[in-house]
Amino acid sequence: MRRYISIFSQLNVTLIPNIWDILALIIVTSLLFALGWTAAHMALPFKLGQQIPISLSISALPNYALQTTLRMFIALFISLIFSLVVATIAAKSERAGKLIIPIIDILQSVPILGYLSIALAGFIALFPNSMLGPECAAIFVVFTSQVWNMTLSFYQSLRTVPKELIEAGHMYQLSSWQRFWRIEAPFGLPGLLWNAMMSMSGGWFFIVASEAISVANQNITLPGIGSYIALAIDQRNINAIFYSIVTMLIVIALYDQLLFRPLVSWSEKFKMSEMSEETAHSWVLDILQRTRFLQFVGKKLQRYFEYFVNFSLFSKRKANRNKHIMEDKPPSKLENLLWYCLVLVLLLGLAMFSWHFIFQHIPFSETLHVFELGGFTALRVFVLIIVCSCIWVPIGLWVGMRPNVTQIVQPVAQFLAAFPANLLFPIFVVAIVKFNLNVEIWTAPLMVLGTQWYILFNVIAGASSIPRELKLAAENMQLKGWIKWKRFLLPAIFPYYITGAITAAGGSWNASVVAEVIHWGNITLHAQGLGAYIQDNTASGNFTHIALGVVIMCIWVTLINLLFWRRLYNFAEQRYNLN
Amino acid sequence: MTQTSPALIDIKNIRKSFKKPDKQELLVIDNVSLAMQEGDVVALLGKSGSGKSTLLRIIAGLTPPSAGEVLYQGQPVNSPIPGISMVFQNFALMPWLTVLQNVELGLEAQGISHKERRERALQAIDMIGMDGFESAYPKELSGGMRQRVGFARALVVRPDLLLMDEPFSALDVLTAENLRNDLMELWHDPETQLKGILFVTHNIEEAVLVADRIIVFGSNPGFIRGELKIDLPYPRNSQDPAVLNLIDDIYTVMTSAEHENIKALTTKRKLVGLDYRLPEVGVAELIGLLEEVDELQQKGPVDLPDLADVVRLDIDTLFPVLEALSVLNLAKVSEGDIAMTSKGKELLAADIIDKKIIFAKLLLQHIPLAQHVLEVLQSRPHHRVSETYFENELGDYFTEDEAQRVLKTLINWARYAEIFAYDYNTGMLTLEDVK
Repeated sequence: MRRYISIFSQLNVTLIPNIWDILALIIVTSLLFALGWTAAHMALPFKLGQQIPISLSISALPNYALQTTLRMFIALFISLIFSLVVATIAAKSERAGKLIIPIIDILQSVPILGYLSIALAGFIALFPNSMLGPECAAIFVVFTSQVWNMTLSFYQSLRTVPKELIEAGHMYQLSSWQRFWRIEAPFGLPGLLWNAMMSMSGGWFFIVASEAISVANQNITLPGIGSYIALAIDQRNINAIFYSIVTMLIVIALYDQLLFRPLVSWSEKFKMSEMSEETAHSWVLDILQRTRFLQFVGKKLQRYFEYFVNFSLFSKRKANRNKHIMEDKPPSKLENLLWYCLVLVLLLGLAMFSWHFIFQHIPFSETLHVFELGGFTALRVFVLIIVCSCIWVPIGLWVGMRPNVTQIVQPVAQFLAAFPANLLFPIFVVAIVKFNLNVEIWTAPLMVLGTQWYILFNVIAGASSIPRELKLAAENMQLKGWIKWKRFLLPAIFPYYITGAITAAGGSWNASVVAEVIHWGNITLHAQGLGAYIQDNTASGNFTHIALGVVIMCIWVTLINLLFWRRLYNFAEQRYNLN
Repeated sequence: MTQTSPALIDIKNIRKSFKKPDKQELLVIDNVSLAMQEGDVVALLGKSGSGKSTLLRIIAGLTPPSAGEVLYQGQPVNSPIPGISMVFQNFALMPWLTVLQNVELGLEAQGISHKERRERALQAIDMIGMDGFESAYPKELSGGMRQRVGFARALVVRPDLLLMDEPFSALDVLTAENLRNDLMELWHDPETQLKGILFVTHNIEEAVLVADRIIVFGSNPGFIRGELKIDLPYPRNSQDPAVLNLIDDIYTVMTSAEHENIKALTTKRKLVGLDYRLPEVGVAELIGLLEEVDELQQKGPVDLPDLADVVRLDIDTLFPVLEALSVLNLAKVSEGDIAMTSKGKELLAADIIDKKIIFAKLLLQHIPLAQHVLEVLQSRPHHRVSETYFENELGDYFTEDEAQRVLKTLINWARYAEIFAYDYNTGMLTLEDVK
């Protein structure tokens, strides 16, 4: 059973941040500030084109669902191209890789919805008087939620192509273009696809959140499920909310069955290992592959791919017989010096800019205050992960040890992870108001609503991959009660659990931006936290403060990852990996 | 053969060293020269880590030499060229391509048209006996079939010289023999355009059955230790007395040199210090082989080919154990024979606890590294030193992987001998827990 990705499994994990990590942090920070600053200086209010009014009738839903899905796939396509290009550059050029990979690592921890408003300002300036601006901003936000793990996965694949395959490529004198399409890209494909699928699951959450946003006291709505639900919340229409939930379930089931299962099943053949852990099965793929007409189409496509790979302009090998292709020539001293100088100048410039920015536009006391707010959110995330673990670890273990139950529960858990949890927020508001609950505490579960499933299905995957012999041995020694948990069950699933917890925690930070302030008609529940800070400033169009909030959340997440999760992950991999 | 045209391949004074920053150079191949004429089938025979695979890659143009040059029909080889083709140990087939597509790959690179590519690939698949499997993916095939595809892919580009990197070592004995015979049949087929085969192996029998010249490679750094010509007609039979004699001869060449090596090492041990490459062998293997020798020894010294036969080890696995036995003075290996020493007998006779005590003594007496680690540990206030400290020290003599491997072997031996302890979690070597 496959373990679900963790960001660290795709990096060469080192515990000590090096100069490149710090550089990357500074670059990302100043980039965000720069964006915020630019957005703040753009003419407000936005000039938009004609907005399409949203309708709450059921008949409008299919169309909305289609448009939302389309945005998702456009973003996914861009992510794919981005991953292929950037990961290849990072893998081929050591210098570029040294900079790109830490930057991507940090970008992963930037709260995605945090910069929606900033992106929106940028895209509206780019396409004034048109809905294309918000359209692009929404796609951009989904893109940033999908792309990083895909890029890292492909980068990791490129770095781990078996040496013999590369040698064979050289031996038979394939050009670098041919090598890429015949060896490197196919090798990375299963990982890339798997990550794309996980990205898609996460993406639904963000697309729903980014279709309807109020920025600078102005409501912008794109035709889509997200806007539909926003309107439903506004009008307290519980029926409409129910319809949208059902629609979303159908959409996710369709994309899963029609697109991703077939793709994952098809990509099995690209895997190096002789025994695939679980043969992903897809009835759609079976039909496709058995239809004669589609076989014909497949043959044609294959033929076109062949032309593409052997396209004569790229398939020419450099006829340089004096240079060794396998040899990595160390760059000359001068080149190195220039490169480092460039990096240093960049670093100093950006650091000065950020510093200047922070002190000129924001009083230091506010920076401190925002940092403190981050502490509240961190505390919530931490407590929630513990609570969820206490619930889902025993359940996951129980399920994972029973293959027939696993077969039913595992797809459901995966499915729930893809379901955008923000659709369920209204139900919580109603409950909190009705029972007069503490807002600070009871809005918190919303943050893990969508991400807790990562813990569950990772634990299930872990439990079902416990070797049969170990189970028999435990039974034979009559391990029972706490001893059985402490010495056998918990260690056996530990690496899986950690992977799940990391993913869940990361997702919760992201969700905090929408989960700490929630509405139901004219009721607004407001909790203290960094997510709420970002959302408040978004509503009032305070771009410099949004940037500050986003940067500080980014720093919090990066620090926690570095100091806590990475260490735990390394420890788990070294000590408790059963493979 | 009269030599009017230049040699098929001419290897001149090849040296290969790896340079690590802040470390001294590591020499892996030292001054190797070798020429192959048309019609030669040459085997490079040696232990693992002797640099023979590196040499093969240099000849292929995949790895640049540090000094010297490779001439192919008089022309220098600096990168892979159309006339030389290679078969890989683990087949190196693209799992996402079908058999046919895999075979076509080299032709695709040469820019040959779709139609001709297909024709030639089908022909090559036919020739190697794989017709019917054109549309199969590699993972559907057994190891032997996969290597057949590897051969088809290598031959379809019509090379003059075929290089093979332990081509049969990933296959079981029967499959290997079957494929080997088919390859030799192809080689002797007048229609084959192949002009020479050069292959790397650690299997003595295989070298004797296939090659007409065997180059025995020595290690640390790799050099040519000797060469044997084989004039036996094909097909050769592994039970043929002439073949058995040759195998015996090769064992003698390899072990006498080994003997010299170890003798040199033990006489000037205080000088050589830490640069001795501990063979990667477990204590259980050492004692196991000793027990086997003890059983066979009833009628005098044991013949190595016989021993290899009984314990079913090839030279890659057998020689490291022999080396460890010799260097620890548990057995004497020379002239293709092995005999147990008195220490060896003493060790075998001892009970579990005493075995450890005897082994500890031998270890400290004969392995300078063990002595060194112990001294360093004793000199530190808390008797704790990180493994990286020793890895760095060993880095002066070995590559990084090699250094880790040597240290790991030593830790294993020392743990058995209870000389010092090692903690996996912290990577610390300590004197704690040792009585």
